[in-house]
Amino acid sequence: MRIPMTEYLDIDLDTEMWRCRRCDADIAPARDDYKTGTLVYDRDPTEIHRPLIDADRYEFTFAPDPSWCRILEFSCPGCGTMLETEYLPPGHPPTHDLEIDVDALRAQWSGWQGPVPLTLGRDVQVTDHLHTH
Amino acid sequence: MTTVYETSAADQARVDRFLAEATMFLGPDPEIMRDHKSAPRTPAEEELMAREWDANELDRVRKRIVSGLDEAYEMMAQTGAAPGAKWGDLTSAVYSAGGDLVHISTGGVLAFASVLHYPVRFINKYWIGDPSVGVHDGDAFIHNDARYGNIHNTDQSIILPVFYEDELIAWVATVVHEGENGAKEPGGMPSSSESAFDDGLRMSPFKIIEKGELRRDLLTFLQNSVREPALQYQDLKVKYYAAQRIKERVVGLIDEVGRDAFLVSLRRSLEDVEAEARRRISAIPDGTYRVNYFGDGTLRENVMLKYPCAITIRGDDMTIDWRGSAPQFLNRAFNANLGSAKCGMNQGILGFLWPDLPRGISIMNSIEVLTHPGSCVDPSDEAPVGQSLQSIFKTFGIVQALFPKMTFSCPEKFGSIIAPWFNQINTFLFGGVNQHGQFLGNVCADLNGMGGGARAYRDGEPAMAPFFAAMADLGEQEIIEEDVPFLQLISKRIKRDNQAFGKYRGGMGYEIAVAAKGTPMWGFATVSSGSKFPAVPGLFGGYGCPTIPLAKIKGTNVFETLRERPELFEFDYERLMNERPFPDAHYSTHHLGMGFELAAEGEMYMICQGSGGGYGDVLERDPAAVVADVEAGYLSVGQAENVYRVVFDSETLAVDEEATAAARADEREARRRRSRPYAEFVADWVTDEPPANVPYYGSWGPDNERIWATVWGAKGPVRLAAPMAELPPLLLPDPREIEVLTLRAELEAARAQLQGGGE
Repeated sequence: MRIPMTEYLDIDLDTEMWRCRRCDADIAPARDDYKTGTLVYDRDPTEIHRPLIDADRYEFTFAPDPSWCRILEFSCPGCGTMLETEYLPPGHPPTHDLEIDVDALRAQWSGWQGPVPLTLGRDVQVTDHLHTH
Repeated sequence: MTTVYETSAADQARVDRFLAEATMFLGPDPEIMRDHKSAPRTPAEEELMAREWDANELDRVRKRIVSGLDEAYEMMAQTGAAPGAKWGDLTSAVYSAGGDLVHISTGGVLAFASVLHYPVRFINKYWIGDPSVGVHDGDAFIHNDARYGNIHNTDQSIILPVFYEDELIAWVATVVHEGENGAKEPGGMPSSSESAFDDGLRMSPFKIIEKGELRRDLLTFLQNSVREPALQYQDLKVKYYAAQRIKERVVGLIDEVGRDAFLVSLRRSLEDVEAEARRRISAIPDGTYRVNYFGDGTLRENVMLKYPCAITIRGDDMTIDWRGSAPQFLNRAFNANLGSAKCGMNQGILGFLWPDLPRGISIMNSIEVLTHPGSCVDPSDEAPVGQSLQSIFKTFGIVQALFPKMTFSCPEKFGSIIAPWFNQINTFLFGGVNQHGQFLGNVCADLNGMGGGARAYRDGEPAMAPFFAAMADLGEQEIIEEDVPFLQLISKRIKRDNQAFGKYRGGMGYEIAVAAKGTPMWGFATVSSGSKFPAVPGLFGGYGCPTIPLAKIKGTNVFETLRERPELFEFDYERLMNERPFPDAHYSTHHLGMGFELAAEGEMYMICQGSGGGYGDVLERDPAAVVADVEAGYLSVGQAENVYRVVFDSETLAVDEEATAAARADEREARRRRSRPYAEFVADWVTDEPPANVPYYGSWGPDNERIWATVWGAKGPVRLAAPMAELPPLLLPDPREIEVLTLRAELEAARAQLQGGGE
């Protein structure tokens, strides 16, 4: 049974692995930080949030200060999907954002009959959200 | 040999009474202020609850109470004088006699639900039995001091006891964001506050109306303490009459349904909400969910402030851990009292996680909050809190950011899977003499134009609403300009590329340019952060919002330009700053913490509202949605190509689907090439301490017991790391002093160079 945990990751209760919901690649053991199985890139934030006013003339330009802020981009080693981003000061350890009690998760779903639903909001349920590219 | 004396109960009571009467100062009571939960049943409630009750009848009572609160809300919104009242920055509330807040109005600011019980508990504990104060039918108490329980000191409340047949049976209250409160700067949210005494009026709960008679002596004192004495009186009456109306509705309801049914309805509401909250927590997977937010300023200077959050779910209990947050600063205004910080958290719960639940304090009964006393989210009573919204908005942001991660797998949802809502105060505060000769000090409703976060199934809505009040209004600019002597020369124009990118993009923010006109004296202030480090991140691979600067065009009168050479003016922040069309003007950009600054006629100040966070991988965004944003002027061609990798004809906007698919496949491959495996990456990336160039405050990494801080002493700044309790008091130097010292050093160096050259 695969439980969707984020837009791009589920936990496979049979293999106890974090898996990519786009390409089925195993990412990391479900009891660990999924980020340990990702590829990471240290993105200069000004490449994404470009200066909108002249950076040669002004100190503040709509672009983050790259000496204060970096964007860590975590992507799937299987398909390159961007699983998560994290805005951090340079050198700050990435955050272990999802530390799931796998035994409790298994117990929670143990009596579930039928397909695992994916509900994105109140009255917003999708049936086939997987493998869109 | 030690002699042990037995103290009789009577002796102990005598000692307690003596100590109570001899207390020199009834400051904020930690026993009250650290308790965010509703009280257990009283014996009388036990007895009532043991009887048989018709659940439908109790629900009808509940709805009648809420409709009375909604009526009071409408009264205040329609008759209130403060701009905050007009946009719905207010609420009305009903409490149990013990001071448990049970219901607030449907509209208005939900966060009040978690903070208004504190002053009522204070009145119950200290004033009700005090012969010099007492609580009687017809009394009304006034209050604003957040240290006694409030969102922030610019909100003023009126609190009324409700008696039924001589029994104190409930309390009711009305609250409005009044703005002006006599603080160091006009508008009630002073970013330059350097002590608690700069925060303006600090009203602990006291009686302003006694047995139906207004205390004009106290009112006069209050009016002398603020810049808008007429507003102080007018809105006191507005809040009082609205609270009176609630009281009448409550008494009428009890006449109809009986005392017992009323009391049981209140108690059942508290207990049902707690039970339902616990049921919903149980459905969240057990585990710990973490996020780290970073503020980039105190509103006086850029420093980095960490706001970590770890939410742990175990069964039906939730623990929210903010340990590791930045320490309090004793001469900066961004600290938030613990009660205020918790109301940011509760705003996230009531507005986003469980927006359908009745709004009372028992929703928090299943939640424990962990902090370090002495941190900016749990400061001492001596710390200034004039701009506590800085920290309150972060405590909202950090919990809201985690809710979608906690609930993604839950089959039953009550809100949406949604990226972070924008959560900064991007607006202008203002003060001075208006065109009618009155002194004003307040805030523009543009605060309410925050961009919504992207949802898992659609884009965020631009300029939607403040995260704290879904029904708040932006106001009609032309009507506002009848009262204030400044114009919005660029008004609510969506700022191109001010977008949090993603599969679904965040709701975008708009640009605003203001300039004063026809006034002998006027000034502006801004009270926001996020000019160096983005205020909100994205979700599940989406990006956060861009940073937002404050821009000034000074030394020119734009109204003269508009009259004499109108072709020079552009209704575009970006072009005005890049093309510099006014030849004699001085152009500059700044962080968004501008203390109150006098503005000459026609000098322009420009800011933008921010964007809600983006959701999902940018390469999954529908190319048609990308070019639709280009067509609407929301997105530049350059960023459509750079971020979204959409290939299209920039003239016709026709998308080349095949080339786009190829470009995106190339980008996915490029990601894999340029990225490194996690272990290899962190081995190089992680440092033992914050960057040397960043004045950093808070924990570094997961060790939340070691707090980093830069301490300013006689020999200048020194960085240290220690447990929170061992940090020395933190006081920052005046930024202008730093600037003078820097310029003096440059001058001395230049002189030395000159002298050296002459030898």
